[in-house]
Amino acid sequence: MANNNLTNKQPIPTLTAADFQPVDINQRESEAIKRESLSAWRDTWERLRSNKVAMGALIALFVIVLASLIGPVISHWVHGYNYKSNDLLATNQKPSGTHWFGTDDLGRDMFVRTWMGARISLTIGLAAALIDLLIGVIYGGIMGYFGGRVDTVMNKFSEILYAIPYLLVTILLLVVFKPSLGTIILALTITGWINMSWIVRGEILKLKSREYVLASRSMGAGTGRLLFRHLLPNASGPIIVTLTLSVPSAIFAESFLSFLGLGVQAPISSLGSMVENALTGWMYYPWRMLFPAVLISLIMLAFTLLGDGLRDALDPSLKNK
Amino acid sequence: MARYVTSKFLYTLLSLFILITATFFLMKAIPGDPFMSEKEVPAPIRARLEAQYGLDKPEIVQYVNYLGNILQGDLGISMKKLNQDVGHIIGQTFGVSLRLGLVAVVVSVIVGVGLGLLAALYHRKLIDNVTMVLAVLGMSVPSFVLASLLQYLLAFRLDLFHVTGLKGPLDYVLPVAALSAQPIAFIARLTRSSMLEVLHADYVKTAKAKGLKWPAILWKHVIRNGILPIVTYVGPMTANVITGSVVVERIFGIGGIGKVYVDSINNRDYTLIMGITLFYGIILMAARFITDIVYVLVDPRIKLTSGKEG
Amino acid sequence: MGAQLGKNLIEVEGLKKYFNVGKGKVLKAVDNLNFYIREGETLGMVGESGCGKSTAGRTILRLYEPTAGSVRFNGTDIYKLSPSKMKAMRRDMQMIFQDPYASLNPRFTVSDIIGEALDIHNMAGSRGERKKRIEELLDLVGLNTDHATRYPHEFSGGQRQRIGIARALAVNPKFIICDEPISALDVSIQAQVVNLLQELQERLGLTYLFIAHDLSMVKHISDRVAVMYLGKMVELAESEELYRNPIHPYTKSLLSAIPVPDPEVESQRKRILMTAEGGGPIRSADDDSEQPTLVEVSPGHWVATPY
Repeated sequence: MANNNLTNKQPIPTLTAADFQPVDINQRESEAIKRESLSAWRDTWERLRSNKVAMGALIALFVIVLASLIGPVISHWVHGYNYKSNDLLATNQKPSGTHWFGTDDLGRDMFVRTWMGARISLTIGLAAALIDLLIGVIYGGIMGYFGGRVDTVMNKFSEILYAIPYLLVTILLLVVFKPSLGTIILALTITGWINMSWIVRGEILKLKSREYVLASRSMGAGTGRLLFRHLLPNASGPIIVTLTLSVPSAIFAESFLSFLGLGVQAPISSLGSMVENALTGWMYYPWRMLFPAVLISLIMLAFTLLGDGLRDALDPSLKNK
Repeated sequence: MARYVTSKFLYTLLSLFILITATFFLMKAIPGDPFMSEKEVPAPIRARLEAQYGLDKPEIVQYVNYLGNILQGDLGISMKKLNQDVGHIIGQTFGVSLRLGLVAVVVSVIVGVGLGLLAALYHRKLIDNVTMVLAVLGMSVPSFVLASLLQYLLAFRLDLFHVTGLKGPLDYVLPVAALSAQPIAFIARLTRSSMLEVLHADYVKTAKAKGLKWPAILWKHVIRNGILPIVTYVGPMTANVITGSVVVERIFGIGGIGKVYVDSINNRDYTLIMGITLFYGIILMAARFITDIVYVLVDPRIKLTSGKEG
Repeated sequence: MGAQLGKNLIEVEGLKKYFNVGKGKVLKAVDNLNFYIREGETLGMVGESGCGKSTAGRTILRLYEPTAGSVRFNGTDIYKLSPSKMKAMRRDMQMIFQDPYASLNPRFTVSDIIGEALDIHNMAGSRGERKKRIEELLDLVGLNTDHATRYPHEFSGGQRQRIGIARALAVNPKFIICDEPISALDVSIQAQVVNLLQELQERLGLTYLFIAHDLSMVKHISDRVAVMYLGKMVELAESEELYRNPIHPYTKSLLSAIPVPDPEVESQRKRILMTAEGGGPIRSADDDSEQPTLVEVSPGHWVATPY
């Protein structure tokens, strides 16, 4: 523990003023910073890059997106299939050289359909998340920036809306309006933006009393500069994490809707609708379920892990929470 | 407190009212009428049917009637299963779903809290890592994938369980496992992070320092404080179990309310869709309302004076 | 200090800033302030935390809209200015903030931080001009010019405060409010920053409102000192006079809390604690009954009565 100075028997040398000499310190030079200058973004990226799980998820997502873009093209090029072309003589085929993922009950090639489905599912997930972002940032930004009565009224409104279970609203909307890519995305975003708006509101409320925002105001900065140069960039961490995590929940919601027969309609397929479609007799044709089910799980997993990793990278103090 | 409860209650009622109104007018916005998809109905019969369902009156009158009926607990008559009362159908099928759901909730809480606690106590050890990997998997694998997988492997291939149906207690195993995987994952993560926070709190160190025995510390300080955030998950869990049950009941061929809901949507049985939607809505809003109240009750740190909550 | 003092640059009259705290109650953070600051002068403003000093500073710069009163800068009432005129006026009035960690945007480089005001007021014609001006300012506050591309988190508290000072100076202001600019810094750095502020005042002819809770530092830098208590000004005098001859019990109490750097004297020091009879009852925020007025007890020495 403590080192015992009392046993030190050595005599203390006497020092006089003559023993001291002023050291010539060039203050400006001593203040020079050697470390490479890193912006907040670079810093975040470095932390994310050192997180193997998150990087794995990022790479997996990249591969899945790439495959969903070129997979159908390759298959068309090699075998001449597209997602609609069916061969009633070759229904429910096992995976083989001609049909890499097998065929479904109408003899359609599962390889093409799986990647097309991934394309649709990803489109729905990303589009819904981006629309949530847009509405959430505007609505939440107004609440947080103006505060006061505006905030109270808008917040109460969103609370009332939020209390209505959103899947039920989505189901109702899709029962009424025919399900299509557009209406599904719209139905998913009708209350999906609320969570994002609360995140934005909370961040802006917190940030707008920071002294650097006051400093900018004292220099005469207008609303636009304050919002887009100071408030939103500094709120971007939680916004990005929420965005990342809202993609898989939109994909899940769409697959749930497929189960109710309210997902994208044939002949287009999403991963969810393919799983639903495979349910009839899949005991005997497990591959029809396997490929889309594994892919949808992988996508959800990758987004979840990436979201976790981003949260850690953006705010290291939250690690392991 | 009373003021808080009242205001929460009123807001919940307001949300419910909006849901009812939205349901009604959305259904009215459907092109055509409920009898269109049937075979061509002769005009006199059609008129009689319309009169029977009150469809010949102006919409606003229909709306007021509808509100009045709901207040009396009357959800109308199924349009496809002729002469079957919607309330009656719900009553008949809800029991099965409720039993399944309750079992799933109990299993989720026990297993989830247990795993989360273990992970926190063995922080950064093998148990922690395994639990967290499982939790992330549990969160990402959709319930229908898990349900199908369990059904295929354990029931179809290994023949350990019945493939479908819900007759004996053993039949509960697979549906409950599929239903509770996601809630278990969420609860385990929530519990772990909250327990970790408590374990590092100064009052736990103090308790250790003053010589309190570890089991006593665990029970008196750690678990009691660490379990609070779980309460916030009650609302989302209810939603999770409901959506899950719709899927799981279909896969395992269980005749609960979830299956009726799917059928009603496929048959475009509008009164039944409206009825079950409202029914689900009430359950979910009630769950959220209870969550809000209970959270305030159990956490002495939340002050009610400001009337604001996160 | 001691420079020839000119006309009144800042005139504050009847300034009030109330905050609604809900249920019909208001917090009178700043209640009826009256004072002036002459050109080239440093007015110190002291008081315990929460007494409304910072709110007063922010209201004077119109970062908060006042509840009542006026602030005249060179004779113009700034609360009556249109947004565009107010924006132009902001070039003359600047602020240095308390917390050097919170007052610099973490996503900006030093040159973005200092250059922001130049951009807002279109003061730099070209990129090169902007760069030159930023380097000039960095040099003025004693920072390396190659620090311009770095981010705030790479600097120490003292360096950050210098960046904050450079930012305030960018628009060539005449008047700067220093809102506890040294209270978040290490003692060893405090003197550096205060000396820098004094040096800049002499070179650039600045006028300061120096807000602090550290009386000895305020005495060192200020020509006159105002004492605030619960949102009101209780005493205002030349700093020597105030320290030699405090009249208001709150001022006496504050002064008695200064430690003396002499062990023998320090051991004799007695703190004067305020009692209700001493005249400093804590008034509830919504109590409007008593409005003390400032009375001149000797030339330039004003005290709030009754106390």
